[in-house]
Amino acid sequence: MKPEFVIHDPANHDFQVNRRALVDPVVFEAEMRRIFDTCWLYVGHESEVHEPGDFKTRDVCGRPIIFCRDSKGEIRTYLNVCRHRGAIVCREPEGNAQGFFCFYHGWSYNRDGELDGVPGAASYPPSFDRCKLGLAEPPQVASYQGFVFLSFNPDAQPLVDYLAGAKEYLDLIVDQSPTRRMEVIRGTQEYDMKANWKLLVENSFDDYHLMTTHSTWLNYMKRSGVEIKRPDKTQVGATMPAHGIGKALGNGHAVIDNINFRGRPVAKWIPLYGEAARPEIERIRAELFERLGEARATRVADTNRNLVIFPNLVINDGSSVTIRSFQPRAANLMQVRAWALGPVEETPVARAVRLDSFLTFYGPGGFATPDDVEALESVQQGLASWREVPWSVMSRGMAKEGEQLNTDELHLRAFWLQWAELMGDVAGDVA
Amino acid sequence: MSSAAEITRAQVEDFLFEEAALLDAWRLDDWLLMLTADATYRVPSNDAPESQPADALFMIADDIRRIRERVLRLKDRNAHAEFPHSRTRRLISNVRITARDRGLMGDELHIEANFVVVRHRRNADIRSFVGQYRHVLRVTPEGLRIAQRKAVLDAHELGEMGLVSFIL
Repeated sequence: MKPEFVIHDPANHDFQVNRRALVDPVVFEAEMRRIFDTCWLYVGHESEVHEPGDFKTRDVCGRPIIFCRDSKGEIRTYLNVCRHRGAIVCREPEGNAQGFFCFYHGWSYNRDGELDGVPGAASYPPSFDRCKLGLAEPPQVASYQGFVFLSFNPDAQPLVDYLAGAKEYLDLIVDQSPTRRMEVIRGTQEYDMKANWKLLVENSFDDYHLMTTHSTWLNYMKRSGVEIKRPDKTQVGATMPAHGIGKALGNGHAVIDNINFRGRPVAKWIPLYGEAARPEIERIRAELFERLGEARATRVADTNRNLVIFPNLVINDGSSVTIRSFQPRAANLMQVRAWALGPVEETPVARAVRLDSFLTFYGPGGFATPDDVEALESVQQGLASWREVPWSVMSRGMAKEGEQLNTDELHLRAFWLQWAELMGDVAGDVA
Repeated sequence: MSSAAEITRAQVEDFLFEEAALLDAWRLDDWLLMLTADATYRVPSNDAPESQPADALFMIADDIRRIRERVLRLKDRNAHAEFPHSRTRRLISNVRITARDRGLMGDELHIEANFVVVRHRRNADIRSFVGQYRHVLRVTPEGLRIAQRKAVLDAHELGEMGLVSFIL
């Protein structure tokens, strides 16, 4: 039987995605159950809640979640819903709470999620057991290098196994801190895109679009003293100023892994950072080399990595470190949240460079992200013709032996193959 | 030019209305002339409106150099999010002078004003940006100039506004 959504035919170097997968509400509903209800999903970073009682309220795949620390200071996630009749028990975005209180009938829960207050409790029959009516928790919660995930699937494989090859790239992030502790910096960019969530997955590590979609950013970099080389002609099909590869990491995760040309707060100074910041960035670089040795320090400081953790977490470890998660809302709508991540011991000078560098490219007011949004919304508009023009071509690099470039599409294919497998589409070789 | 003490609200309003007219007309080079040589332009993230860009993530935190780069970008047809340019209409009201200072570079007025900026774009929803300007205007021999330009949005998140791809 022919697959409905993803054609993968390596023998004929053919890979195509049916555009219905990006527009059909029926497909969207199936994704919610088959992908988002079964995979591990990013909740937040441990640094966002410090003390017992600290909380953030989040939306994770449509569920209201309290992400917090309990009375012992352990990370907890609760479903933000009263066990009595279903009202939200925490209506603030963030804060520190003694517990969580449902104003509707007055049930209250302590920091450990236990039900500890029920007005007029004597009216309940003897079978009423408040021990069984604490705040519900997702079936699985786990963290890796400070990144906290949950799964609504009790049978999901352990997070460390699920992350597969992505772990290496999370390790490269924490290595940027002398104490291996990173923190989310205050300030959240939250914005909608009128596009299918999978388009942002593709876009987040698609370097093929850089030269045309982001020419104004490249011009800005050039005028700011960043050397933009011509593509290396010895690399077949290369379009980027520096060498980079695309790599599948297992379970649908994938990455582009590039030689840095655009500066890094840890730690490659570029003129854009300003002369005043140069000694500090060079000090950070020296510390890195001292601590990690040349090979590892070069790996951390001189490559940029855009990582997709299936299905909806992107970490761009480049001009800054951005955590970007997006919640699908409809086949043609997603809500994006983005944060900046930095070493906890970063000095004010380096922190300012990091945040400024973030804004040169990323975010709703950056010099590049707005054009990505325009591109994806433009795709979504174009996809209205999916019945007449059903297939998107995703075969870059397929005829090459060995290494795949960042401007090839192996990493996009890795995402789509996992998607097809979970959706029950007949993926794999057509032949 | 008179000193900061003599500037009236009406003069500040005239100045802000003139700025709004230039921006709505996409006369960005003329708009740059309304800024001081050390001007800043900032739009904080919606959940951290009182923060500073050195220790919190903003949406826009430009110094004058990047303001000029932003204008260059917006005039380039490859600034895809604003090509073709969106149509904007700015309504500015509730203008108040909240402080008058003698700064190192000259007399300065701290002003606050409410704004509604409506953005129309073909094939897109009409988007409304509502918030407060918190500017510092400097009194120069050539007249009022903008030294610090800050737009603080009221919404809890940028949400359906989507982008701040034009000058807000």
